[in-house]
Amino acid sequence: MELAEVQVNAARPSSLAGVRNPFQKWRKLKEKIIELCLLTSAMTSVVVVFTILWILVSESIPFFQHVRLIDFLTDTEWTPLFEQAHYGILPLLCGTFLTTLIALSVAIPCGTMMALFLSEYATPFWRETLKPVLELLAAVPTVVYGYFALMTVTPLLQKLIPSLPGFNVLSAGIVMGVMIVPYVSSLTEDALRSVPNYLREGSMAMGASKAQTALRVLYPAAFSGISSAYILAISRALGETMVVSIAAGLKPNLTLNPLEPAATVTAFIVQVSQGDLPHGSIGFQSIYVAGLALLILTLVFNLFGFYLRRRFKETYD
Amino acid sequence: MVEILKKEILRSDVRNLSFSYGDKKVLKNINLPIADNKVTALIGPSGCGKTTLLRCFNRMHDLYKSTHYEGEIILFPEGINIISAKLDPIEVRMKIGMVFQKPNPFPKSIFENVSYGLKVRGIRKSSFIKDKSEKALKQAGLWEEVKDRLHQPATSLSGGQQQRLCIARALATDPEILLLDEPTSALDPISTAHIEKLIVDLKSTVTIVIVTHNLHQAARVSDSTAFMYLGEMVEFGTTNQIFTNPQQKRTENYITGRFG
Ligand SMILES: Nc1ncnc2c1ncn2[C@@H]1O[C@H](COP(=O)(O)OP(=O)(O)OP(=O)(O)O)[C@@H](O)[C@H]1O
Ligand SMILES: [Mg+2]
Repeated sequence: MELAEVQVNAARPSSLAGVRNPFQKWRKLKEKIIELCLLTSAMTSVVVVFTILWILVSESIPFFQHVRLIDFLTDTEWTPLFEQAHYGILPLLCGTFLTTLIALSVAIPCGTMMALFLSEYATPFWRETLKPVLELLAAVPTVVYGYFALMTVTPLLQKLIPSLPGFNVLSAGIVMGVMIVPYVSSLTEDALRSVPNYLREGSMAMGASKAQTALRVLYPAAFSGISSAYILAISRALGETMVVSIAAGLKPNLTLNPLEPAATVTAFIVQVSQGDLPHGSIGFQSIYVAGLALLILTLVFNLFGFYLRRRFKETYD
Repeated sequence: MVEILKKEILRSDVRNLSFSYGDKKVLKNINLPIADNKVTALIGPSGCGKTTLLRCFNRMHDLYKSTHYEGEIILFPEGINIISAKLDPIEVRMKIGMVFQKPNPFPKSIFENVSYGLKVRGIRKSSFIKDKSEKALKQAGLWEEVKDRLHQPATSLSGGQQQRLCIARALATDPEILLLDEPTSALDPISTAHIEKLIVDLKSTVTIVIVTHNLHQAARVSDSTAFMYLGEMVEFGTTNQIFTNPQQKRTENYITGRFG
């Protein structure tokens, strides 16, 4: 608003001060319209988030009239489609956690090392070559990654671990990790590059090597930004659906053994929503409940990330 | 020129040093003796190459591409040529400390800052690191102010304290030469006075080369002064002689404020 006024005043030559400008009214209106458009588009995201939340909650309420919350949280089986239905979310959460953990243990070290290489070591030639390849990695459709896990990575792993079943968490987690590497590396690289050069020089002047400088000064100095990269990676991993649906086996399984098949929250949702369960049935409602659980989980991590960014914020000028 | 320093023990000797950024020759045939445990000031108008010369001493230019040295900077008593391509720049930087124009503490605790040099040298013995760090902080006149808050972030210190921390950080590894590039230009007068006193006190333990724009500062803290102009060493002598009886017209013009 204020900006608009300043522009209007500045646009008016001082010699004409006091003379009514016929365009002024139209100008002000135009500014108002633009402002309204921008506000509307900004509000859209808020509206969408709250609508989703509302749908999830309102569909979950009838579910909890059937199933006790305590059973939902503690039952060790998730079999909403069986005759003898159990509604314990733990097996799904367990699958989600396990795949996320495996994915992160691939994506975070690889992505971080890649970022350190790109920002501190790579010659322009390597940077120009590697970055487009990484972007390509991020552009591959997730369904392709899913079949890559199932048809390529699992058989390879089976050569190492002959007892590995065709559907397993390990392979899905690894491939998911590869999928997330570009996100980690590109955000981490940005964070490292924004560390001012005087810190690099300060460390090198102390007799530190490049590696010492990168690990002891630049990484901690960039940690606020790097933590955003890691949180994004966690969110991506928690929400990833295709790879796990295809390669992990769609079998809710309360286990921490990555060599077994399992199902994640997301994989279950896809599976059920494609089935022919009648709307309003408790089985159908269960997918909203699962979705709500996942949303809360993601929210918690995002809040944690928010805290990390604040905690490690360094301001450079 | 060198006769004046005949009686002194040399810590370093710059001989026919030329330096270029790409094709741009910035230092031309510089000769400069650096006396042991004395303060040598580099003065001259902006852009004359003072910083460039200072950064030759610890091979900072090696961090960037297409920089080129010619000539020699001999470091005594070892008698090695600092800018020899055969010498690892890291080896050089281990012997020569540097403090920058703007305080640049690492985003770590005060203690981690002072002990950084020892840590990167692979020293692990914590009692040794503690003693060294305390000694360096005392030398830098910072100990009393920070001894109860060693584990707080260095960025919580004032600008002047940060700069003294950077001096302590450089001193902790017993450098043979301490390079100071306009160390007080970002500081208030009180912090500046504090650091000037520190420089004089440090003379007994370390050889100092300081770049400064402040002629009064050069007169106050240094024993000998070099005046540079457009990449050349115009005149070198004791500080007293340069400021009271310059031999070159250009030096006189500069110190009387007629240009620069
Ligand atoms: N990285 C660089 N690449 C190319 N030229 C440079 C670079 N750094 C400095 N120069 C040039 O080298 C010359 C000397 O610069 P230098 O920074 O050494 O001057 P200075 O005497 O320290 O000046 P000031 O008093 O302003 O700090 C200048 O002409 C400058 O433009
Ligand atoms: Mg300079």
